[in-house]
Amino acid sequence: MSGKTMIKPAEMAKKLEEIVKDHGKMRGAAIPILQSIQEEFGFVPKQLIPRLSALTGISQSDIYSILTFYSQFRFEPLGENYIQVCHGTACHLAGAEEITNALKREFGIEEGETTSPDKKYTVEKVACIGCCSLAPVMNMNEETLGRLGPEKAVKGAKENAKGGES
Amino acid sequence: MSKIEIKVGSASCGIAAGANKMHEYLEEKLKGDSIDISKTGCIGMCFNEPLVEIKDDKGLYLYGGIDSEDKAQRLIDEHVEQNKPVEDFLVYSDVVETEDKDYIDKQERILLRNSGNIDPESIESYEKVGGYDGLKNVLEKMSADDVIGEVKEAGLRGRGGAGFPTHMKWNFTKIEDNYPKYVVCNADEGDPGAFMDRSVLEGDPHSLLEGMIIAGYAIGANEGYIYIRAEYPLAVKRLNIAIDDARKKGYLGKDIMGSGFDFDIYIREGAGAFVCGEETALLASIEGKRGSPIFKPPFPAQKGLWKQPTCINNVETLANVPRIFTDGAEAYSKLGTENSKGTKVFALAGKVKRGGLIEVPMGVTIKDIVYDIGGGIASGKEFKAVQIGGPSGGCIPASLQDTPVDYDSLTSLGAIMGSGGLLVTDEDTCMVDVAKFFLDFTAEESCGKCTFCRIGTHQMLEILDRITEGEGKEEDLDELEKLGGQISAGSLCGLGQTVPNPVLTTLKYFRNEYEAHVNEKRCPAKKCKELILYFIDEEKCTGCTRCKKVCPSDAIEGDKKEAHVIDTEKCIKCGLCISSCKFDAIEALSGEKELQKMNKGGER
Ligand SMILES: Cc1cc2nc3c(=O)[nH]c(=O)nc-3n(C[C@H](O)[C@H](O)[C@H](O)COP(=O)(O)O)c2cc1C
Ligand code: SF4
Ligand code: SF4
Ligand code: FES
Repeated sequence: MSGKTMIKPAEMAKKLEEIVKDHGKMRGAAIPILQSIQEEFGFVPKQLIPRLSALTGISQSDIYSILTFYSQFRFEPLGENYIQVCHGTACHLAGAEEITNALKREFGIEEGETTSPDKKYTVEKVACIGCCSLAPVMNMNEETLGRLGPEKAVKGAKENAKGGES
Repeated sequence: MSKIEIKVGSASCGIAAGANKMHEYLEEKLKGDSIDISKTGCIGMCFNEPLVEIKDDKGLYLYGGIDSEDKAQRLIDEHVEQNKPVEDFLVYSDVVETEDKDYIDKQERILLRNSGNIDPESIESYEKVGGYDGLKNVLEKMSADDVIGEVKEAGLRGRGGAGFPTHMKWNFTKIEDNYPKYVVCNADEGDPGAFMDRSVLEGDPHSLLEGMIIAGYAIGANEGYIYIRAEYPLAVKRLNIAIDDARKKGYLGKDIMGSGFDFDIYIREGAGAFVCGEETALLASIEGKRGSPIFKPPFPAQKGLWKQPTCINNVETLANVPRIFTDGAEAYSKLGTENSKGTKVFALAGKVKRGGLIEVPMGVTIKDIVYDIGGGIASGKEFKAVQIGGPSGGCIPASLQDTPVDYDSLTSLGAIMGSGGLLVTDEDTCMVDVAKFFLDFTAEESCGKCTFCRIGTHQMLEILDRITEGEGKEEDLDELEKLGGQISAGSLCGLGQTVPNPVLTTLKYFRNEYEAHVNEKRCPAKKCKELILYFIDEEKCTGCTRCKKVCPSDAIEGDKKEAHVIDTEKCIKCGLCISSCKFDAIEALSGEKELQKMNKGGER
């Protein structure tokens, strides 16, 4: 998902064309196309939007309107390690706030930010992951860690980090 | 050795608890033993995960908490090799008594009967338990009207929240004389704390497909869409497998089972917007637009996807349909109450001992759910309330725990069935905080089209913030009620119309808690940060220094082996010290009297 941000503009444009072609015949394809773009690059590179508009005939303002409406889309790459802390109902009651705060403190993520200055960690709040019986829960890279406390979450985040502990 | 079957509960909750590793280990160790080891969906006893079920000629044995290779090895050594069930890990069995037996025995599994039983990635596994027989019956013997009549007789109502009679919706779509028509499955499941749709999708995807095909036949549609949350990757994966297999076997595509009926299904992934669970917003999203709800009528049945007649149903609703056409409407409607037939699946969570996915006949009481199935409150504290129906639902206090869970009884209390999140709270839960939590969520998710919904929710939130920070005024409570009424009345879609429910019901049943915050500046549950102080009991403190080490703001002072003290000025109330103390020496205090107990830092 992440880590593909070094890609060259020419390659990017080529990928974009392939993606648009793949979804070509689908009605109302704007969202699936944007999802594929994000899947490919880890985020939606803004510089691709004019070309996307030209290829699909969807106006740039419509594309922006979709991108800003749906919370899935992002314009910035993720950190190397992507942590989603569940703030669903069960997890809220079980102390999700403390976990997010502890992780942000540990990795030096500023108030209002989601990615650490060294780009090693992105910590986001999400609604129910569907593992409420293990609350509080967080997703990290492809793993789900449950029955957390603040200390256990920090420890788990470091143990599961790509490229060793920070 | 007797014939043995082993199943590992491998829904995402099981996997999170380590099920995949256990499955790998068992397969590796039992390689060549011709034992059938399979992965299934959620077995439902989530509080005991990872779960391994062993079935032999004596009966069924469900083992819980199998989270290490040592434990898995004991199952092999003792149960598999020596035929001796391992009592230590046994959580349920149909031949041996276990402590948690009621959790399973008090349920009635109609919808979930395959989940945890079959291999969701194998169509043969579904066929073996009668899968696609309902469709066969429909295509061979029934007209579209017969099908709708049968659904009516079964008494099926929508499980997506509002409980609209399914046969009526189908009929409205059928009578439209405008083709093409569409069947849309709402698998958005955005309610925080609800995961029953996910479990059906992950544990029994073919049931949904079969239900959609039958719906398509009944209304005259040849195409179906499943709109599913992108946050459910495993469900998407298993649905894709199921659709491919169903096409290969001729249950989807052209001329299904030689009947002349064509139907196919496509998946669309959501992009993270709760309001897209609302049906008109969902359709807009499939069309590739922002998910803003529009005014009804016209209803989707008349003008839906691409302005064509569209029947939109929830996952659970559709997955119930095959049951009606295999068991018959009569068998189906035997369960439940007069106006709420069948069963309902709930995601039971919160402060209960046994949380997980449960399926109960409509009409059981809240008390049955909390005590018989949930095993009561985990901490042994007082049961306070259940919050039912997610962010648009309401709170029902413990004093009304004899309320039967059916559409009408819940509505009469100001709550709703909703999609099925059922959250149990105890004395340690602050009801003002719970109301604020839901409002926070919905305010964030409002699409912004209606002024009341967009601005009103934020005004309510500001008031709640004030109250939880100890700045609340007497009039605030009336203001909340007034705003709540206005938002409901002035909003276009179900989101705005139900946004105030959690606040209104907690105000109704727990007004004293709001008053404590406002008048005494006290949070009775000791949850609201601005109204509490942390305090170390010097009698209990051993001076182990653990809390001092974890405190991120250097607020704890004290020498080794001496009682520690918290500097309340520096404390940011992160709560880390409480969870780190092994001697229970740190507690939260709220309210003047208790604050006086403190020797230091009583500046307030
Ligand atoms: C804000 C909002 C969110 C909703 N979210 C869902 C959802 O996640 N899943 C669902 O099935 N229905 C949801 N609904 C209800 C649907 O609009 C619709 O009534 C339902 O899917 C119809 O299916 P049923 O008749 O089978 O219940 C939501 C409604 C509103 C207003
Ligand atoms: S009620 Fe709220 S969510 Fe619904 S249409 Fe109006 S602003 Fe949007
Ligand atoms: S609550 Fe947090 S900041 Fe306050 S004393 Fe405890 S550890 Fe320190
Ligand atoms: S509330 Fe966190 S997993 Fe459901």
